[in-house]
Amino acid sequence: MKPYEIVEGPLNVQAMMDFVLHPGAGAVTTFTGHVREWTQGVRTMYLAYEAYVPMAEKKLAQIGAEIEERWPGSRVAIAHRIGELQISDIAVVIAVSSPHRKAAYEANEYAIERIKEMVPIWKKEIWEDGEEWIGEQKKKPEQGRNAK
Amino acid sequence: MIRVCYFASLREIAGKSEETIDREAWTVQELLDWAESTYPAFQHKTMFVAVNEEYARREDPIRDGDVIALIPPVSGG
Repeated sequence: MKPYEIVEGPLNVQAMMDFVLHPGAGAVTTFTGHVREWTQGVRTMYLAYEAYVPMAEKKLAQIGAEIEERWPGSRVAIAHRIGELQISDIAVVIAVSSPHRKAAYEANEYAIERIKEMVPIWKKEIWEDGEEWIGEQKKKPEQGRNAK
Repeated sequence: MIRVCYFASLREIAGKSEETIDREAWTVQELLDWAESTYPAFQHKTMFVAVNEEYARREDPIRDGDVIALIPPVSGG
């Protein structure tokens, strides 16, 4: 597997945990972001994700490099799924190993915030009576409506 | 020649995911001006620009053979 990857099929969480694990790691944190059915009273039928794949993979690798610099000894793997995803499917997996747990938690949250800020991936919510690309509603990244 | 790629809402407005434009030297701002006159609905959109897979500023140059991406606000995760 590639450590930073955009994929079209289901994500393999265990493979990513195995990838970041090494003898110097005392903690592995794994974040999985899922498709949520209800958002502010609106029912999502499914999500459609799109990415600028080569740039998105570069930006995921950049996030990994930032983490390795800020939390020395960490190892990172990030994968994001694109295409049509159903309720509860995993959209994104972030695995971080660190010598100690605090860094593994902090670095993992840092990664999802950075993804929401600048990695060229887009999601469209499809409802029973319409659809909308998310991200153009002038919301803060942490108020994102799905898969978190 | 310059290759321009569109994503998400911009792709739907343009009705295509990419096209090739016969220019040799441009700036990012000139490209945006061209895009907004070609696709008037772009004028109401927030857009970022990537040149060869890296975010670019308005004054950055675009050269023959570059790949440009017009990027609406991202919403991964």
